Amino acid sequence: MPSISTRLFLILVMTTGLVWLSAVVWIFLSTRAEVERVLDARLMEAGRMVSSLIVSQDIKVDADQPLGAELPARPNLSYERQLSCQIWSLQGVLIGRSGGAPDQELAEHADGFSQTMINGESWRVYAITNADLGVRVLIGDNLTIRDGLVNDVIRGLLLPVLLILPALAGLIWLSVRRGLAPLNNIARDLEGRRASDLSPIKGVETAKEIVPVLDSLNGLFARVTRLRERERNFIAFAAHELRTPLAGLKTQAQVALASDERAIRDQALRQIMVGVDRTGRLVRQLLDMSAIEAREPAERRGAVKAGTVLSSLARELADPARKVTIEIAPGLDALELEIEPELFTLAARNLMENAVNHSPEGGVVRCHMAVEGEEQCIVIEDDGPGIAADELPKVTERFFRGRNKAPIGSGLGLAIVELALGRSGWRLRLQNRVAGGLSAIIAYAPASRAAGAS
Amino acid sequence: MRILIVEDDAVLRDGLKVGLAISGFTADAVESCEEANAVLKNHAFDALVLDLMLPDGSGLDVLKSMRERRDDTPVLLLTARDGVADRIAGLDTGADDYLGKPFDLDEVAARLRALVRRAGGRSRTVLEWRHLRLDPSAQLVERGGEPVRLSRREYSILHVLMAHPGRVLSKRQIEEKLYGWQEEVESNAVEVHIHHLRSKLGPGLIETVRGIGYRLGEEA
Repeated sequence: MPSISTRLFLILVMTTGLVWLSAVVWIFLSTRAEVERVLDARLMEAGRMVSSLIVSQDIKVDADQPLGAELPARPNLSYERQLSCQIWSLQGVLIGRSGGAPDQELAEHADGFSQTMINGESWRVYAITNADLGVRVLIGDNLTIRDGLVNDVIRGLLLPVLLILPALAGLIWLSVRRGLAPLNNIARDLEGRRASDLSPIKGVETAKEIVPVLDSLNGLFARVTRLRERERNFIAFAAHELRTPLAGLKTQAQVALASDERAIRDQALRQIMVGVDRTGRLVRQLLDMSAIEAREPAERRGAVKAGTVLSSLARELADPARKVTIEIAPGLDALELEIEPELFTLAARNLMENAVNHSPEGGVVRCHMAVEGEEQCIVIEDDGPGIAADELPKVTERFFRGRNKAPIGSGLGLAIVELALGRSGWRLRLQNRVAGGLSAIIAYAPASRAAGAS
Repeated sequence: MRILIVEDDAVLRDGLKVGLAISGFTADAVESCEEANAVLKNHAFDALVLDLMLPDGSGLDVLKSMRERRDDTPVLLLTARDGVADRIAGLDTGADDYLGKPFDLDEVAARLRALVRRAGGRSRTVLEWRHLRLDPSAQLVERGGEPVRLSRREYSILHVLMAHPGRVLSKRQIEEKLYGWQEEVESNAVEVHIHHLRSKLGPGLIETVRGIGYRLGEEA
């Protein structure tokens, strides 16, 4: 896996090198063009100058006399070698030449610039003909010398580059390391953690660009923490709810075996009956739950006469011993719901059972219809203690039992209700009543209904 | 020995209460942290049977606040969670012993006896005074090797006195060990039971210290 720093380093070094290289090429080309332009101008200038000197008779040339005079040599040797001058008669006789100029004719062409090879050396030559005097002036420039000039410029340019590039590479490496420090900090923080440590990353020096990553990472940590806590709670609650009734049964059985008193034995046996009933209910709820879970999430199908179902449940669940009664509002009789009858019955049964179990002696459980905004609702109300506000979000978790729990509750009822309603696109809402007690609301919104039907 | 049971499940709570009474304990039972805290502040117990998961909180919180109050009453935790981490958390909070549900009633009784014995600084399980022997695990009393039949209350009074040899215990202290706070205390009951004990085990067994209470006598 390539590291970001190596990649960044390579990219930066390559682009920097490329920029330098193209700069060198560009300088090389432009310097050469400039040098050629300047030197060509000098060549032309020199040719015209010699020609005009001849015209003004400052230099005497006899067109017939070969090599009458050497042009005066200049004192500076390095300049002397640069320009060569030849003066030829139009008949082809070398009349004069500068020092260091070759004997051979530099150019045989018409006036203007040309390039020739003489004795293995390239020459740039400017020719100008003076027809009045019958002479041709040739001014030549040794190209080797010209190239040397351009090369000197490029060498002067490249030498510092070779020295600077390694230093630049080092600086780039340091900058990359420094720039990636925030990432490294986070990586170090994560590496130093135990696998179970899901606390948010904080106190790490970071950069603006990494903040979103950090935020979503911390968000993920928080979600995983919540999930893990829920799972832990579920296991703990489940263990408690499943093992406690067993412990109760065993203890009561041991009491019945150990006691000689008939009254104690009978009481223990009655308690065993209660325990078995409760465990039976728990088993039934567990089976209900897995039955609902095994279903496909159903579209809204089936039709339920809410009033009929609720009335028959009310007859079954009312608790005459504690004088708890159930009232069904007449409006519900006409209400038909699009929901699988079995799921609705299951949800309503658990809600009504809860309401009855939490009702005080002589309490009344009321079922009625309500419309809240877009939503149509069936409300089941009781006069019980309600649910503590901090427990409201948790009560539909499996096996969760709040502070105001009923003696025979298992913590599964509301979980079953939510599951059953959710399977057909309905929702359960719980709220404490102002007058005391709980409102359990089975709700559906027409909008979600349309979405569910499509 | 007076035990407080803190357990929210009605069937189990009742079973423990009756079962421990059969094993010779005086048991009171409550079902929430709040009740437990209130009772613990006003009554002294020889040991506590504490469920971890209570409707209004964790039994560990009750335990923690007990230990913060310097209440050193031995605590036996009962819990459905008996993983190693849970046991460690319980013991580190100040619990003295740990039992996972479902448990054996006799084991609860045996562990409670051991806790109370250790809390009293004794290692011997059998209490002895002169010619008397009292074996709490079998609820057996012997006088000079001969078993003596005692009623539950008589046995409890003798147990209390023998657990504190030489100390004078007031009638109130004896009543506290004898009756749960949920039970009605019959007036003069202690006097009646002590009268019976004297007639069964010898008149010199229990001395009356006028105005203060009772203690074991030199001649038994």
